[in-house]
Amino acid sequence: MSGAAYEMDVVDLSVDLAGMSLPNPIMTASGCAANGPELHRFFDVAEIGAFVTKSVKATPQSGRGTPRMAETPSGMLNSIGLQGPGIDAFVAHDLPWLASAGARVLVSIAGVEAAEFAHVAQVLATCPDRSAIVGLEVNISCPNVANRGLVFACDPASSAEVLSGVRAVVPADLPLFAKLSPDVTDLVPIARAALDAGADGLTMINTILGMAIDLDRMRPHLFGVTGGLSGPAIRPVAVRAIWQVTAAMRAGTIPTAPIIGVGGVRCGADALELIAAGASGVQVGTATFHDPRAPRTVLTELAALLAERGISRLGDLVGAAHG
Amino acid sequence: MSAGDRDPVVAVEADVLDNERVGAYQRLTLAVPGVAATARPGHFAALTVGGETSGLLLRRSFSIHRVAAGSDPAGDRLEIVVADAGPGTHWLTQRTPGDRVGVLAPLGNGFSLPAAPGECVLIGGGYGSAPLPWLAEHLRAMGSRVHMILGAATRYRLFGAAEAAAVADSVHVVTVDGSAGAVGLVTDPLRQLLRDNNIGAVYACGPMGMLRVVGELAIEAGAVAQVAVEEAMACGVGVCMTCVLPIRGHDGDTRMTRTCLDGPVFDAHTVRWEAAADGRVAVPADAVGASSAPVGWSAR
Repeated sequence: MSGAAYEMDVVDLSVDLAGMSLPNPIMTASGCAANGPELHRFFDVAEIGAFVTKSVKATPQSGRGTPRMAETPSGMLNSIGLQGPGIDAFVAHDLPWLASAGARVLVSIAGVEAAEFAHVAQVLATCPDRSAIVGLEVNISCPNVANRGLVFACDPASSAEVLSGVRAVVPADLPLFAKLSPDVTDLVPIARAALDAGADGLTMINTILGMAIDLDRMRPHLFGVTGGLSGPAIRPVAVRAIWQVTAAMRAGTIPTAPIIGVGGVRCGADALELIAAGASGVQVGTATFHDPRAPRTVLTELAALLAERGISRLGDLVGAAHG
Repeated sequence: MSAGDRDPVVAVEADVLDNERVGAYQRLTLAVPGVAATARPGHFAALTVGGETSGLLLRRSFSIHRVAAGSDPAGDRLEIVVADAGPGTHWLTQRTPGDRVGVLAPLGNGFSLPAAPGECVLIGGGYGSAPLPWLAEHLRAMGSRVHMILGAATRYRLFGAAEAAAVADSVHVVTVDGSAGAVGLVTDPLRQLLRDNNIGAVYACGPMGMLRVVGELAIEAGAVAQVAVEEAMACGVGVCMTCVLPIRGHDGDTRMTRTCLDGPVFDAHTVRWEAAADGRVAVPADAVGASSAPVGWSAR
């Protein structure tokens, strides 16, 4: 038996995230893992806690022109434009593949209006491979066409409208996670609005809006002008966001709910940092571009770290930094 | 074909075996166990840059120059050609034997060889010619006749001219400044070869503008044109969605297609060249799911 496998056996890594029962806390991050087969060449997608899919909308999306990315210090900007097959093709092709691979699927859903999110959620809730879906992650970092293109996640009322619309069409036993944007003055009221409207948990953080300029052309580098900043450069922002919302939960200011941490995790110690700030699940995103084995490697490293510290249950360390 | 059905990819911290200056470029030889079994001309490798603590996270992708099979798979070697074009590639050009570099290979879809032997033209712009000598060997091994055209702005930017004579039946070198070979562009000898010979297939690697014209000339002359594109990639394995080009599928529909998985080699007639200009590629208005397409989800 390999050392890593041994450590996974002695440390109880299992987590229960609002009824989403997973063997370990490590997940892919939406938009950093495509929909499964690509990464399955490098590790068994059933071995990580959950596979988080690319945000899916009601119809096929071409995404934006290129350049779609710019490398930045310890990170990158991306402006993909949610390229994807649309929900009908997703349930016909992508989800069956993930189900056949034994993956626990956290499906990321998106839309330009609350009704689109609800439509996508409803298709998923009634699709043939429903049993492979362990939860929905509601990507509210999309522009709201009904509100001058303002991102849903930047406004408590818009966030609540999306979550309550989705909640109304999916069964109570399908956990909903609202994915929050850090690009707000105060995250706590947004978290409260999402939880009050029916989210069972929170995923934080989405990318941070950024921009790069091509100095040869003296024009924006990205075709889409602005892009989302991700990678280790934003990990401190994720730690801060998770810390603040966890603190509000502990103070009783907002309802207590599980948090999935995401933002710049590259190794086991990074995952542990998000856990100590209050996350019970951890997604590995941009690091996957550096090494497609990253989600699996982070899992092995996290297990080894806990074993080294004599921790037998991961749950004991969630929010540990709050004392 | 889904990504899961593809040949396995070797993921390894590769030992650098050699790093040799060739004109304006460095030829890196890396120990990549098992790569020779599946690597073919047109495949590429994605390398990490900057070492373990690097703040440069994204992989750099390079067309495979050639692979050499060891006496057993553990001895397999992979060669790439690197141009120093920024901090990441600069770091690669500085590697010495004993250093280690993260390598994923082979990736992508390579060149298709013709069903029957015939007469071919291989065209490389700058160090885009890196995979051509190896491709030429495959084509000649099946009995094809190979003409090779190598072009660059100036002679230091040529790659493969020394090797070409040994692997091709005719070699045509052109430079814009005339510092090597004839003054001109790769399209000059291509026009002549297409006119004077019965060319069945044209293979090309280089900048988009060159590939477009090469493709048009080849198709006009009734030849098959396979082009290897050079789109910026973050991951090389199909998950970042940054390396897309508008490609016309078998069903006639245009989709923003990942060049890392479905390319980098495409049939020239499937590429929507008109969408590309000045290093940028727009989404054609008729592409599947284009925002300009008049399909509202609620209107269904």
